[in-house]
Amino acid sequence: MKPSQIMVRYGELSTKGKNINDFIQLLAQNIKYALKDYPKAKVQWHRDRTYIVLHGESEEGVIAQLKNVFGIQTMSPVIQVEKTLEAVEQAAISLAEKLQAPGKSFKINTRRADHDFAYDTIELNRRIGSAVAQAYPELVVKMNEPDFVIFVEVRDNGIYLYAEIIQGPGGMPVGSAGRGMLMLSGGIDSPVAGYLSMKRGIEIEAVHFASPPYTSPQALQKAKDLAAKLTKYGREIKFIEVPFTETQEEIKRVIPEGYIMTVTRRMMLRITESLMHQRKALAIMNGESLGQVASQTLESMRAINAVTCVPILRPLVAMDKTEIVKIAEEIDTFELSIQPFEDCCTIFTPPRPKTKPHLDDVEKFEAAMDIDGLVKRAVAGVKIDNIGLEDVAKEIDAFEDLL
Amino acid sequence: MIYFDNSATTKVTPEVLKVYEKVSQRFFGNPSSLHYLGTQAHELLESARAQVAQILHVKPTEIYFTSSGTEGDNWLIKGTAMEKMRFGKHIITTQIEHPAVAHSMDQLEHLGFEITRLSVDKTGQISIDELKQAIRPDTILATFIAVNNEMGAIQPLAKISEVLAEYPTIHLMIDAVQAIGKIDLPLGNDQRIDMAVFSGHKFHAPRGVGIVYLKEGKQVAPLLSGGGQEKGQRSSTENLPGIVATSRALRLLTKDEMKKRQHLAQLTQKLREGLKNLPYVQFFSTDKGAPHITCLGIQGIRGEVLVHALEAEEIYVSTTSACSSRAGRDSSTLLAMGIVHEEAETAIRISFSEYNTMEEVAQFLQAFKAIYRQLTRIYEK
Repeated sequence: MKPSQIMVRYGELSTKGKNINDFIQLLAQNIKYALKDYPKAKVQWHRDRTYIVLHGESEEGVIAQLKNVFGIQTMSPVIQVEKTLEAVEQAAISLAEKLQAPGKSFKINTRRADHDFAYDTIELNRRIGSAVAQAYPELVVKMNEPDFVIFVEVRDNGIYLYAEIIQGPGGMPVGSAGRGMLMLSGGIDSPVAGYLSMKRGIEIEAVHFASPPYTSPQALQKAKDLAAKLTKYGREIKFIEVPFTETQEEIKRVIPEGYIMTVTRRMMLRITESLMHQRKALAIMNGESLGQVASQTLESMRAINAVTCVPILRPLVAMDKTEIVKIAEEIDTFELSIQPFEDCCTIFTPPRPKTKPHLDDVEKFEAAMDIDGLVKRAVAGVKIDNIGLEDVAKEIDAFEDLL
Repeated sequence: MIYFDNSATTKVTPEVLKVYEKVSQRFFGNPSSLHYLGTQAHELLESARAQVAQILHVKPTEIYFTSSGTEGDNWLIKGTAMEKMRFGKHIITTQIEHPAVAHSMDQLEHLGFEITRLSVDKTGQISIDELKQAIRPDTILATFIAVNNEMGAIQPLAKISEVLAEYPTIHLMIDAVQAIGKIDLPLGNDQRIDMAVFSGHKFHAPRGVGIVYLKEGKQVAPLLSGGGQEKGQRSSTENLPGIVATSRALRLLTKDEMKKRQHLAQLTQKLREGLKNLPYVQFFSTDKGAPHITCLGIQGIRGEVLVHALEAEEIYVSTTSACSSRAGRDSSTLLAMGIVHEEAETAIRISFSEYNTMEEVAQFLQAFKAIYRQLTRIYEK
């Protein structure tokens, strides 16, 4: 029996107070966007649950899409049948078929919204339960903590059944927390930081620093491809390419070797902050993980962070590299990230940058630079691209007629 | 012209050839180059790998491209031997392997490895009991030809997997060159088979591309050292046009696979039906083998004579496998099946592809019967 709809549960969202409706509406919009290749599927949102009525669209396809929509805690394919005992028994048996195995236990949990239905909940539980137990004699009925529960809801327009519970991605609907600027280099960490920010409801805009000719068009494309990988968890992503050559050349010219890295990071942060205000965003995110490299010691973070007082979120700060790589593999950015292109963080950096830069020294050295002018010119020169799902598709299409 | 020698090689599908040409013109960069052409070629290579993996129900990281089935066999066998010799030097195989496997075993034997070559019954299948007896604490590899190339016998892969489930440290390999698209292959993470070898030109791809499945976590030393391609397991500049063409051919092969297998079985059935009343025709294949291969002979008539007589009618078949037929040797498979030398040397192999038709089989039967009448006059009393 084919499910007619997918039931979506919210989890954490349900604990929100007055503005819960805003969250749920946003989630419903995000679901609609994720299902735009399944135009017949209709999204119906309610305070406690959202239903996606399939109208013939593929169950597997829709569920695969929903697995990327943050804010969804769990999902269940729901079968809808007419209001007869035979129909509901048959449906329960077909649900059990998927989940049954020798020695497994189950129970039936009936709710009755339509109290005119001929059988009450106790009677229904008993009848449906014995029909399933007869069909699968190796199944055991168990009231306390059974392996699976077949839920039956008798409503005015039919009887609804579901049993399977599929894990969603959890988190909060993208956009519910507001907008943030993701510093996206092209390495392994920053896409993961972007993904985790999106998971907590942030709509991200990607800021990428390009220093041609020291950095290549391939490095830029790689960053765009990484941004494209993240679009499947939200919507289009604004990709902001910052011209950084002038700044980097100036730093190389006037700053002592040991401090180049620190000053470069400070300049990036100043530019990103300026973009943040311009783009009406609320925070800056990056892929820093404590102690991973020279720029990520606490001393370095303090010296770099000192240029701004806006929130800098570091979703990876307490993660090990192996944990980060694991997520990068899950979100399919790892293979892209490890492609060997120079990025702006690796050019001009000395073999041994200072791991404990002194803020006083940094400020003294920077006095030789026209900081405001550099920031202004960089911000004025940005190029903004919309990266959408189409960019992922385009790459695949190019090979379609070959493979 | 009727071509019934598809187990030797196949004709390249025009569609696949077009892909080969396009890739050699449009994506000619070296996948290892840093520039745009290289990056593009690299992406195409990985897309092809992903497609092959998806079709075989395995992970892209478990697929390696080689130059041929022979190379795949050599690599996995000798690579396993090199990698695992410190744990043991005993290998199990069968008496009816393709020369790529059989001669690799001979070489290893000279180097001090011990090889157990399992016998087969008259249907060409190994005995599971004999396999159980053969396993030793120092066994490092067991390899089986999934579908025999000379007469189409299918080895009991499920039962073999069951036996070896208790010996997880033995690499279990199959030579699936003749099996792909013709029988179910239990591959994937939840299956016991660790490695498998395929060859593109057996399914209408151009020569020069083999595919190896090597399960994640299974260690095999590389044979070809060099620039580190294929994760360092098989150095050589990747044959991108060949690889992409092969993944296209594999997709075509596995499209409507069940229907195609049924079609092959019908061709074979018609062939067997048409010849079964000829008293001097002897079938060496059973009707339980792979759907595309039939091995048979006319009593007292050398296979070579029959091949040339059919050739005169523009019908192309082989004396057993093409590889050994030029060498003029007897079929080792048939001898292993207990068939005497005089009978074995009568054998010819008829092997179908999905593109063969019932009409071709009908024409073949007509031609064969005419030749049969002529050649069996010697038996008239």
